[in-house]
Amino acid sequence: MLLIFCPYCGARPESEFRYGGAAHIVRPADPAAVDDAAWTAFLYLRDNPKGRHAERWRHIHGCGRFFNCLRNTVSDRIIATYPVGVARPDVT
Amino acid sequence: MHFSFAALLRQAFTGNAWPQQWRSPEPRTAYDVAIVGAGGHGLATAYYLAAEHGIRNVVVVEKGWLGGGNTGRNTTIIRSNYLQDASAALYEHALKLWENLSQTLNYNVMYSPRGVLMLAHNDHDVRVFRRHVHANRLAGIDNEWLTPIETQRFCPPLSISRDLRYPVLGAALQRRGGVARHDAVAWGYARAASALGVDIVQNCEVTGIRRDASGAVAGIETTRGVIAAPKVAVVAAGHTSVVMAMAGVRLPLESYPLQALVSEPIKPVLPCVVMSNTIHAYISQSDKGELVIGAGTDAYTSYSQSGGLHVVTHTLEAICELFPAFRRLRMLRNWGGIVDVTPDRSPIIGLTPVPGLFVNCGWGTGGFKATPGSGQVFAASVARGEPHPVAAPFALDRFHTGRLIDEAAAAAVAH
Repeated sequence: MLLIFCPYCGARPESEFRYGGAAHIVRPADPAAVDDAAWTAFLYLRDNPKGRHAERWRHIHGCGRFFNCLRNTVSDRIIATYPVGVARPDVT
Repeated sequence: MHFSFAALLRQAFTGNAWPQQWRSPEPRTAYDVAIVGAGGHGLATAYYLAAEHGIRNVVVVEKGWLGGGNTGRNTTIIRSNYLQDASAALYEHALKLWENLSQTLNYNVMYSPRGVLMLAHNDHDVRVFRRHVHANRLAGIDNEWLTPIETQRFCPPLSISRDLRYPVLGAALQRRGGVARHDAVAWGYARAASALGVDIVQNCEVTGIRRDASGAVAGIETTRGVIAAPKVAVVAAGHTSVVMAMAGVRLPLESYPLQALVSEPIKPVLPCVVMSNTIHAYISQSDKGELVIGAGTDAYTSYSQSGGLHVVTHTLEAICELFPAFRRLRMLRNWGGIVDVTPDRSPIIGLTPVPGLFVNCGWGTGGFKATPGSGQVFAASVARGEPHPVAAPFALDRFHTGRLIDEAAAAAVAH
């Protein structure tokens, strides 16, 4: 079980959270204006990287808020958590 | 050598060691088709390319050992009672091949049609499964509805007490469903493909996909050298996104850990396969006597080939509730595999935007049961350069056209 640092509540066990998929996926401002390929990419295509992955989590059994997390998908080690709207941190 | 009773006797009395069942050649520099991944699906693809399409100049490259990925890590359940027509056709195609696979390959894959029970625990389950039963029977696929008492008669160790946290309200039973020996499937296909001239190269990781000036595939770069091939077929399960990224192709896939475990071996006690999607418990008994138990996926994407202990604990709690007699059993081993999951929980089989590059992926939590059918329709698609009719609905472009095959809603979690 992961120990996840909620930016609002601190370190809590994974069972308090719900996973929210890849982060930083921006919905096109005007969906009618984009072509099918762009819409497909927005809806379905994912990088699914082996290594660093920016992802959303929600502290559903806590403060209820969404936040972002940078995690290594090979070691499952969490590198950083940060609020929604903040750019992906450039951690070495 | 051909396996038969006479061969067995001869071998027993001559005392010779059994010969190696497939060749382990050095890779050549060029082939007609290069297959990435020597799991069940990849080896089956190679076998059917050679056996049914006459394409024998084929190499299968594998970064680890043959059958060491999800083929060796799954819980070996076979069934075809899917809701959507396209899925039912695909898995039934596979089930028909399972029935004669040992004879086809001359290798005992220990296919055992002992029946698969899918338990219903609430009103919603009952309605969904009865709908599945009706849909399957219309499609000519056996599936029947059992009352709780009939369910327990079919599976005596199962508790149907009304006091259970999730009582058994009935079950869907596919009698032709069952299990097979996972390693034997990989070994049988490897042996049969190798005998037809296919080269299987283990410990050979793909590091790049080469493309020519027109953008078409030209071959693969591996840790054992460059292999030229006008057709490359990627069958890399949880690592498909990583391999396809080498050709610049993004896929609608996410890779999750899926865990399984086995108990200490005991005498025969569980006569069938029991699945419960609602409480994430999948159990059967192997011929060695171990109870083989499958859990749900972890919540987050990962390539770690391990998962959280709380996920298997959840499953074991459900198993202990359903089978009170199993509470004193000790678990021997626990492991994880990485499964590639699509948004509609249906596989992707066929062509890609890159000419000459083919992909067979997205089998998620339930690819083992499809192994022979997957290999056969994918081989046909690779050989002809156009989708096999059974594979056509599973084309990658369905995410573009919107013609999804929504087994996510139909089956909720597992396959």
